Amino acid sequence: MLIDTVLFYIFAALVLGGGILTITRRNAVHSAMWLIVSLLGVAGLYLQQQAEFLFAVQIVLYVGGIMVLFLFVIMLVNLDQAARERQFNRHWFVALVAVAAVGAEIGYFIYRGRTGFHIAELGAPIAAPHALGNTEMLADTLFSEYLLPFEIASLLLLVAVVGAVVMAKKRIQ
Amino acid sequence: MPGNFATASDVIRFLPEIILAVMGTLLMILDPLLHRRSSNAFGHLSILALAGALGGAIYAYLNGGPAFGGMLMVDGFATFFGVLVIVAGILTILPSYRFLARQGAETSEYHALLLFSVAGQCLMVAANDLIMVFIGLEISSISSYILAGYLREDKRANEASLKYFLLGSFATAFFLYGVALIYGSTGTINLAGVNVVLSGPGAPSLVFVGVAAALMFVGLGFKVSAAPFQVWTPDVYQGAPTPISAFLSAGPKAAAFAVFLRIFTTAFAPIGHGWEPLVWASALLSMTIGNFAALQQSNIKRMLAYSSIAHAGYVLVALTARSEVGTAAAMFYLAAYAFMNIGAFAVVSHLSGKGERYQNIEDFSGLAQKQPLAAAMFSIFLLSLIGVPLTGGFFGKFYIFKAALESHLVWLTVLGLLNSAVAAYYYLRILVMMYMREPAEATEAVEPLSPGLRLALIVPAIGTLFLGIFPNWVLDFAGKSSVLLK
Repeated sequence: MLIDTVLFYIFAALVLGGGILTITRRNAVHSAMWLIVSLLGVAGLYLQQQAEFLFAVQIVLYVGGIMVLFLFVIMLVNLDQAARERQFNRHWFVALVAVAAVGAEIGYFIYRGRTGFHIAELGAPIAAPHALGNTEMLADTLFSEYLLPFEIASLLLLVAVVGAVVMAKKRIQ
Repeated sequence: MPGNFATASDVIRFLPEIILAVMGTLLMILDPLLHRRSSNAFGHLSILALAGALGGAIYAYLNGGPAFGGMLMVDGFATFFGVLVIVAGILTILPSYRFLARQGAETSEYHALLLFSVAGQCLMVAANDLIMVFIGLEISSISSYILAGYLREDKRANEASLKYFLLGSFATAFFLYGVALIYGSTGTINLAGVNVVLSGPGAPSLVFVGVAAALMFVGLGFKVSAAPFQVWTPDVYQGAPTPISAFLSAGPKAAAFAVFLRIFTTAFAPIGHGWEPLVWASALLSMTIGNFAALQQSNIKRMLAYSSIAHAGYVLVALTARSEVGTAAAMFYLAAYAFMNIGAFAVVSHLSGKGERYQNIEDFSGLAQKQPLAAAMFSIFLLSLIGVPLTGGFFGKFYIFKAALESHLVWLTVLGLLNSAVAAYYYLRILVMMYMREPAEATEAVEPLSPGLRLALIVPAIGTLFLGIFPNWVLDFAGKSSVLLK
């Protein structure tokens, strides 16, 4: 139990610290690197929840795929120029008020609606060793109960790809 | 339950979507083979696909029921709207032949995206689960974003597409946030399941469910262009290719309303008293903003866009009634509206000329002298939009306000009727232009009606008059389907 708690705080610190450093660094490449740290922290939290599949997806997709794309885009931008530009984060007082207001709202909602969400209770540990692992159970649900949404999402992706090509490349006359 | 894959009845109930998706993909594969020979081939094939989907939808209805473990529900309601969006697709392609040839923009992607969009709408209207609603909504929306900006060289089309895309993405995000909150608080995203949890003992806190319902209202309100989420409508309808404007005002709008009706009258029925004031206010705001802004427009596409906002307001009145009569009235109204609005946009598309030069209301002067048929058909659509007896628009409004009165919404009814009186002015102005002025530059230059366009005018006109003279045929079916809805 103790080691779980310690690990949780370590991962949480990674998530929050990485997040704060992401938005405060002037250099975009540094921001991207700290974002990776933050995403890794989230992956760790998934692992703690015994969601191995989400853990793997988080690493492969976010840390691997999406971050590489980010870095590619950043490399296309003139970094020295960008670092010297006036930053957008001048209105820190307004931002602070807005953040406090949103925080208060969320806190109020959680306080009022805590009966609706089962977040406060610790809950008994789920019958520990699953007959099937997390990934197998996920696959089972995905290919039986959620078969149609899973498959039809491919149509959605097809539409997006065709649309991107039409918008970017197609010569109309 | 491993091994529980699709059964034969699942596939039959999913037939229209399969036909549309396969044919859409096929069109793009055939593109290199067909393009040399005849540019009309894509249009012919799309109409064939939509006709096939129409048959598929009816066949699915005869073998109706839930499909894919309750993900889809093929009932009368789904079939009514499925047929409606498919017919809207056909009526969009008919004027597209001439339009695309004039702009030199015939490609397979235009038709493929249109088919995909219709497939998305068919999914939406049959969806019985919030995740299916979401995926259908996205397929339909993303295709629409692209179609709105299809004429890439045109500045206005670019602006329309970008605005539509950005605001639409926000709206979708709102909707998705609502879905997440529903799942978090009720533990299910099945519409009937949500209803059971909300009306049973130990229902989750109203705060969460209320916030979720409000977020989903924002997302869907955007898609149906209800106030105060209507700002994108005039710009997009003006900038999009005219047949696409017609499509947007009929297909995606009807499908979004179908989802609206299904979610709010099944899943959120137990908290109906909570969302009623919200929809009430939005209905009134949409009618008023739409009608009063339309009064001041000189561009016909913008005017029709504002009128479409106002008409969304009328349908919201039916939703506010929270009764089966109200649902049936909304279904009837959306069918009538699809016919009259697609017809009206077809006339605009016919007259607009190369590069869509002629879009002003003045450009319609003297159309009756040059092309009596087009002017006569346009008159039918405009009279129906006003709500003159013998047209579908009249009975649409009649049933909606009757349902509202039965639910004791006296003030909303009175204000709605006053609104429709205001609306008469800007529709009649076009009639005066067409019949009482001498022909202007645009009407002199207008080309003869092509066979496709002739069909695109006559079919909606027949539909409008049919709904106005024999409303009971459609209304009976709508009434039966709205009972199944619960």
